[in-house]
Amino acid sequence: MSVTTHDDTHAHDHHDHGPAKGFMRWVTTTNHKDIGTLYLITGLIMFFVGGAMALVIRAELFEPGLQYVDPHFFNQMTTLHALIMVFGAVMPAFAGLANWMIPMMIGAPDMALPRMNNWSFWLLPFSFVMLASTLFMDGGAAAAGWTLYPPLVLQTGHALPFTVFTVHLLGMSSIMAAINIIVTVFNMRAPGMTMMKLPLFVWTWVITAFLLIAVMPVFAGAVTMLLTDKFFGTSFFNAAGGGDPVLYQHLFWFFGHPEVYILILPSFGIISSIIPTFSRKPLFGYSSMVYATASIGLLSFIVWAHHQYTVGMPLAGELYFTYATMLIAVPTGVKVFNWLATMWKGAMTFETPMLYAIAFVVLFTMGGFTGLMMSISPADLQYHDTYFIVAHFHYVLVPGAVFALFAATYYWLPKWTGHMYDERLGKLHFWLTTISVNICFFPQHFVGLAGMPRRIPDYAVQFAEFNAMSSVGAFVFGFSQLIFAYVIYKAIQGGEKASSEVWEGAEAHGLEWHLPSPPPYHSWTEAPAQALISDLH
Amino acid sequence: MKKTLQLLAGFWLVLWGVANAETGSGTGVGWGALNLPAGVTPDSHDIHDLHMTILWICVGIGILVYGILVYSLIHHRKSKGVVPATFHENTKLEIVWTIIPFLILIAMAIPATKVMIKVYDTSASDMTIKVTGYQWKWRYEYLTEGEGKGIDFFSSLDAKSNEARQLGSKIDPATVEHYLLNVDKPLVIPANKKIRILLTAADVLHAWWVPEFGWKKDAIPGFITDGWIKVETPGVYRGQCAELCGRDHGFMPIVVIVKTEDEYKQWVAAEKAKQDAGKADASKPLSLDELVAKGKEVYASNCAACHGLEGEGVPSVFPAIKGSKVALGPLADHVKLVLHGKAAMPAFKEHLSDVEAAAVVTYQRNGFGNNKGDSIQPADIQAYK
Repeated sequence: MSVTTHDDTHAHDHHDHGPAKGFMRWVTTTNHKDIGTLYLITGLIMFFVGGAMALVIRAELFEPGLQYVDPHFFNQMTTLHALIMVFGAVMPAFAGLANWMIPMMIGAPDMALPRMNNWSFWLLPFSFVMLASTLFMDGGAAAAGWTLYPPLVLQTGHALPFTVFTVHLLGMSSIMAAINIIVTVFNMRAPGMTMMKLPLFVWTWVITAFLLIAVMPVFAGAVTMLLTDKFFGTSFFNAAGGGDPVLYQHLFWFFGHPEVYILILPSFGIISSIIPTFSRKPLFGYSSMVYATASIGLLSFIVWAHHQYTVGMPLAGELYFTYATMLIAVPTGVKVFNWLATMWKGAMTFETPMLYAIAFVVLFTMGGFTGLMMSISPADLQYHDTYFIVAHFHYVLVPGAVFALFAATYYWLPKWTGHMYDERLGKLHFWLTTISVNICFFPQHFVGLAGMPRRIPDYAVQFAEFNAMSSVGAFVFGFSQLIFAYVIYKAIQGGEKASSEVWEGAEAHGLEWHLPSPPPYHSWTEAPAQALISDLH
Repeated sequence: MKKTLQLLAGFWLVLWGVANAETGSGTGVGWGALNLPAGVTPDSHDIHDLHMTILWICVGIGILVYGILVYSLIHHRKSKGVVPATFHENTKLEIVWTIIPFLILIAMAIPATKVMIKVYDTSASDMTIKVTGYQWKWRYEYLTEGEGKGIDFFSSLDAKSNEARQLGSKIDPATVEHYLLNVDKPLVIPANKKIRILLTAADVLHAWWVPEFGWKKDAIPGFITDGWIKVETPGVYRGQCAELCGRDHGFMPIVVIVKTEDEYKQWVAAEKAKQDAGKADASKPLSLDELVAKGKEVYASNCAACHGLEGEGVPSVFPAIKGSKVALGPLADHVKLVLHGKAAMPAFKEHLSDVEAAAVVTYQRNGFGNNKGDSIQPADIQAYK
């Protein structure tokens, strides 16, 4: 952990102090970079944990018949894989990026609420240990899917209250992180850093933070109702007691749909930072990007029941949710066109962050197409709950959100560590990852359309070929990520010194490139000069 | 990047070829398992056509977007000595690429709305069948007078698939006919009649889905959902539960046999005759061996999912039957537990006929080395219901 130890630029600055030493530094830290690092490392560890679970799933699905695991354990794997990837890998990783980058990008010394920042991180490790411990309880971990639908989830053994409490803790952590980001961005921008000058990563995170505050309490409420149905005799979701199992689905997806945008909006921000830098051109359509992000955020609240086209809603409901959902394609399209226009007539180079950003545009768009197809409710009566949807959401989450995280890591790693990463290994990681992710997920479109339901541990033999292909892709993808971990480790250890600008011309694309690499422990102790801000694209 | 694009373009081409080749045929197999089946009902044709329309629109947009991207990646790179342009907005262009997608969406929404209205119109049906999802089997009840009213049976995974799908069974699924897509007793319906399907569930959510019929719908405990089918071609159609419903979610297939009207009438008559014979059977005493032999079949399709084919159970989740206190204890308690259930154990009084209940209890008391030696006659089951 030599993130800041190379930094001697503030050795004589009495207002500035370095970090405490040893393990307690990480426990007691209130520094945005330390907390960002903790978040990022947690995200990476959980990425490997959730990934190992995915490999259990893909190993079982490699060929028809049950070879390795009991179906009940298989269901625990699908459930925990999703919960861990969403809440353990992607969300903490984005929170880590926000912590690291937002103060540097807006010209602030740190986050606005540093002690709360510490708490919001330290809730996470305990939550995940608790969630993982449910695997060893009587009856195993929750096995009803990450959506935790009743009545099935109420058949969970001792794990149910622990799973619900984990969700509560994760929700608290997310809400605190969101409050911190909003307060920081609204109050700690340097003079001259107006809202419409903010980098898109900051904008997308502000909108994400509002989504988090709006929907995490809904999820917490819904799972609490599960808890009281199970242990305190209520009947919120029990038809025999006057309740309605579908009510849970409405509550869940009122949270769940904004949640998927919580996972993707910061990615849009990252890609909007990277493409201009490596195209050596300003971002095309900055203000339309901001408006598109805000529209996607607003639309996310009024489309939730497109996850429930098969529950028997009234016709009017089906049609309303179809039209509303289709609308999302408009602002999302605007974003993709803006990225294309940014690259158009640029002078592109293809370092690893740019490769990941281009792959993001291509493959996220693929997920966008299947999303558009599924917004059409009658067609979704076929697609729903098949491998087609599994392919769709993995395309938007893996080559979408996860690729954006890879891109961000390669893009800012030299800034964080002060060392260039190994470009050769980075490119190797990129090609292995991009090819294998398609081998893994593309065939899932086919088997889904041909009739393979999701969440099954075994399947009819006509699906064998594509499943075998998918499993091979999954294993190559999984093991390729060890390269990623090694590249990070190597850059922390040392390497070619990075300049403050790192990437040619990057200074025009963000304030973070005006700070030394690595930056001082407290980012901007004095407001950046007006000229720096007015020179930003 | 280019390689990825070529790869993707290849995939799209495959999809294109097969999408066209597949129209009208059944679900593909192996490397041909690529696209939605065109199906055998009016709904499924409409949905397939809609699917192909939106797929083609997406392919068109994809070619445009990826084409521009590839052009840009080839020509606008620094290594070609390009001096980057500085433009960063163009209001006209931005308005155009907001409005055109909007118009495309409207063009997609119109046919979608028409199809959805048809799918939802369950009126003027010729007959109604109630489908109930259980963990992990389906129950079919015929509700329409003159079209088999009173026929009522359960349908679960066939014995061969069930044996092969056990963890470490060493049976190659490829040797099992219709592995995981076959049942002990399929649903039988007449062709060319509008059949309204009512769906509900007894325990958790399930979803009834036969891809060739074009739609799936959730079965929700305490609520009734519905849909309709009108199958044009007699044949056998297979599907699966599509909503996660617990341990054996992957093992509750649906098989529908569609018969011509005459054949269907014969089937109904035969079912009725079987029902009457079943009632007569219930008063006929059976030997211990007869009961055990019959009970073994009943056990395999009703009990083995949880308690294991060899009665071994799953430690601390599902109790073993082999050497269990219940199977070796008083007969009356054993019968009551089977008929009325307890906690996670479902009540089987509606699933099993008197003969089946007597047989399975007798089998459990005498199979797996329990060798209790006693038995119960079908005629005595009624007293416990």
